[in-house]
Amino acid sequence: MPLYNEASVIGSVVAAARETFPNVVCVDDGSSDGSAEAARRAGARVVRHPINLGQGAALQTGIDYALGDPNCHYLVTFDADGQHRVEDALAMVKRLDTESYDVVLGSRFLDGRTEMSALRRIVLRAAVRFERYSTGVALTDAHNGLRAFTRSAAERIRITQNRMAHASEIVGEIGKKGLRYTEQPVQVLYTDYSKSKGQSLWNSINILSELFLK
Amino acid sequence: MEAQLLIKIVLIVAFVAFAVFLMLPTRSVRHVALRRIVLVIVLALAVLAVVFPNVLTTVAHLVGIGRGTDLLLYGLIVVFLGNALVMQRRSTYIEKQVTVLARRIALLEAPQAAGDVADGIASADIAPSETAPDADDRPGGAE
Repeated sequence: MPLYNEASVIGSVVAAARETFPNVVCVDDGSSDGSAEAARRAGARVVRHPINLGQGAALQTGIDYALGDPNCHYLVTFDADGQHRVEDALAMVKRLDTESYDVVLGSRFLDGRTEMSALRRIVLRAAVRFERYSTGVALTDAHNGLRAFTRSAAERIRITQNRMAHASEIVGEIGKKGLRYTEQPVQVLYTDYSKSKGQSLWNSINILSELFLK
Repeated sequence: MEAQLLIKIVLIVAFVAFAVFLMLPTRSVRHVALRRIVLVIVLALAVLAVVFPNVLTTVAHLVGIGRGTDLLLYGLIVVFLGNALVMQRRSTYIEKQVTVLARRIALLEAPQAAGDVADGIASADIAPSETAPDADDRPGGAE
């Protein structure tokens, strides 16, 4: 769980996640608001970046940390702002367990549960088309933070995009490493809180430039 | 009109070359070497332009520009943009290194993964006695 300045919600998000998943790792990306402490009190293991690096960097750090535990067989990435549902995460891990996939990715577009603005929908659709074209991985949702990996898949994926472009990079890695992937319909709860912190659509431009400029 | 075409081509080729350069993966050694060669050439040209100012005007006429100063301005723009791109690339590289470093620190200071399932601040760090406890305190205290 990448964590950056979410002190007001992280406690309840971690607590809810721990009802299902006993091992919750929060990577505090240099928060300045006591997020790390709140996460720790709620029972997460907290890894702290000494400086702010970005969400992609936090994900990779969390993956590295989780892989340090030999008992870690499955790994879920989950947003810290409470927009994902633990039930969805559990269903995804179950699929890894019973079906022969390496990665299960959450998608907001497989059913009609997630409500979003028309503009957001259009931009996300365009991103999906772009990714399908550039990576050969056919998905319906480009930037969903809810993903489940098997241990071996997590070991093979390497995130070098520190900021928002990591989502596209992960999709690219899945294509490049030939991982078996599928999508799982998930609901994203756009609460007022997550909306106020959520990604501005301007970010899509930043993502594109980060992907292309070395 | 015909003559100005030449400088336009030269400038556009330079800018397109920069754009291509931006997308190429870094091959450090060659880039450093190239940068130094370009720097030496630019310096040599600068000295020549100072010693023989008329040459500048002659060259300007050759590529279809009226005055030597204009040629100098164009050259400056090209060199400036090139420099900006090189710097941006350099900072990306440094950022990657900082990431590796920060991640290393974060993992070193993290609570030990094995065994003690996180039941809070205190108990997790007792076992690995030397490093873990104060490593865990430090970031908290600094906030």
